[in-house]
Amino acid sequence: MSTIVKEKDIVIPGDVLAEGMDYLPGDNTYRRGEKIYAKVLGLVSLPGRVIKITPLSGPYVPKVGDKIIGRVTDIAFSGWRVDLETAYQAMLNVKDATSRYIKKEEDLSKIINIDEYIIAQIINVTSQNLIDLSLREPGLQKISGGRIIKINSQKVPRVIGKQGSMITLIKEKTGCEITVGQNGLVWLRGSSDGELLAEQAIKRIEQKSHQDGLTEKMQRYLEGHTQ
Amino acid sequence: MVYKKRLDGRSIEELRPMDAKAGVIPNANGSASFKIGKTWAIAAVYGPREMYPKFLQNPKHGVLRCHYNMMPFSGSGERIRPGNNRRSQEIAMVMTKALEPVVDLSAFPNAVVDIFVELPQTDAGTRCAAISAASIALADAGIPMLDMVSSVAVGQVDGTVVADLMYDEEAYEGVVSDIPVAMTHNGKEITLLQMDGEISKADLLKALELAKGATEKVYQLQVKALKEKFTLE
Repeated sequence: MSTIVKEKDIVIPGDVLAEGMDYLPGDNTYRRGEKIYAKVLGLVSLPGRVIKITPLSGPYVPKVGDKIIGRVTDIAFSGWRVDLETAYQAMLNVKDATSRYIKKEEDLSKIINIDEYIIAQIINVTSQNLIDLSLREPGLQKISGGRIIKINSQKVPRVIGKQGSMITLIKEKTGCEITVGQNGLVWLRGSSDGELLAEQAIKRIEQKSHQDGLTEKMQRYLEGHTQ
Repeated sequence: MVYKKRLDGRSIEELRPMDAKAGVIPNANGSASFKIGKTWAIAAVYGPREMYPKFLQNPKHGVLRCHYNMMPFSGSGERIRPGNNRRSQEIAMVMTKALEPVVDLSAFPNAVVDIFVELPQTDAGTRCAAISAASIALADAGIPMLDMVSSVAVGQVDGTVVADLMYDEEAYEGVVSDIPVAMTHNGKEITLLQMDGEISKADLLKALELAKGATEKVYQLQVKALKEKFTLE
């Protein structure tokens, strides 16, 4: 018949979101009988007749096309094993790592060594959550210098902001290069003061991610620290 | 002698004073503290993460794994040897079985979600406090769940059906029974039911009816703890 919750309400697992057949269960919800229930803790969003929940916490779910940051943990016969700080390991195959021809006997550790970080794109995710990565896109590379910080992967959209407004602001005010991986790893490179300020700013966004007008607040915060 | 007035002056369906908080351990993916009377449980959830040893992995769905531990100083003066023992293994197993029906780990094959519960202080009803705390911690960690699980003990002390027994009542002279119950919120489905002692069939049915109201009170507190954490942020 109707919805019981409103847009942006905080719901917990098992909360009734709607009754009757007028609404469809979307992401993170399920239907049992006449009612639609919440499956995770999060915020309700109601685009049209579908009820969805945007999680406020929780694990990173790998999706094709996501840009992620990972650490190389092992070198296999024809590629690298990469740790994305999720429950699953990712593979970067030689053919997806570079456009150059690599000879059979070439030492792969000369190209990317163990413990080095890479910015890569997910090109395939299987039903068992095995992940294939690629470096063959502009901007994807091995990371050198700077620092890596970890944030909750559900807060990544807030750190980037609408059309990248937040991340552009931090880049401008701190003079850092910043890459945000969808899995919650962030790479910063700039002057040491700039890196420190950018790291503090990102941690601050992670803490205050629910507040309205966060970009304006962060602008004031960063201006107060750069002068 | 009939048990008319409870030892601490509560009414028969009244629970001990409760307190719950979500997000008490920053390092964990989700955590909670749950106090009921003198019993205090702290739960931390890690994962989904890669499961070791590998032979325990399940390629069809993720695995839920519980750990239960009473701290050495948690009893009434005697040092409790920490670590695994027969009792803690059993409780970890019933906790897993109480939470498994609501946790949906189908999206995380081969992975594990670990729940660690530590009890800094105990005064009966530890497995119930552990389950209630674990349920808050799982929701806090963003694990997909069909419903919340709330748990409380009911029982019978010398002919009187009561809710939430404390240790002095469990040790009361006379016929006593202690029945830990865990229930889901929406369906009021029982996910944990154990019993220690003796009870008549009529009293058992009465006690289970009492458990519905008692778990509902625990549920209200769990909701409050979660909403408090996420509206503060």
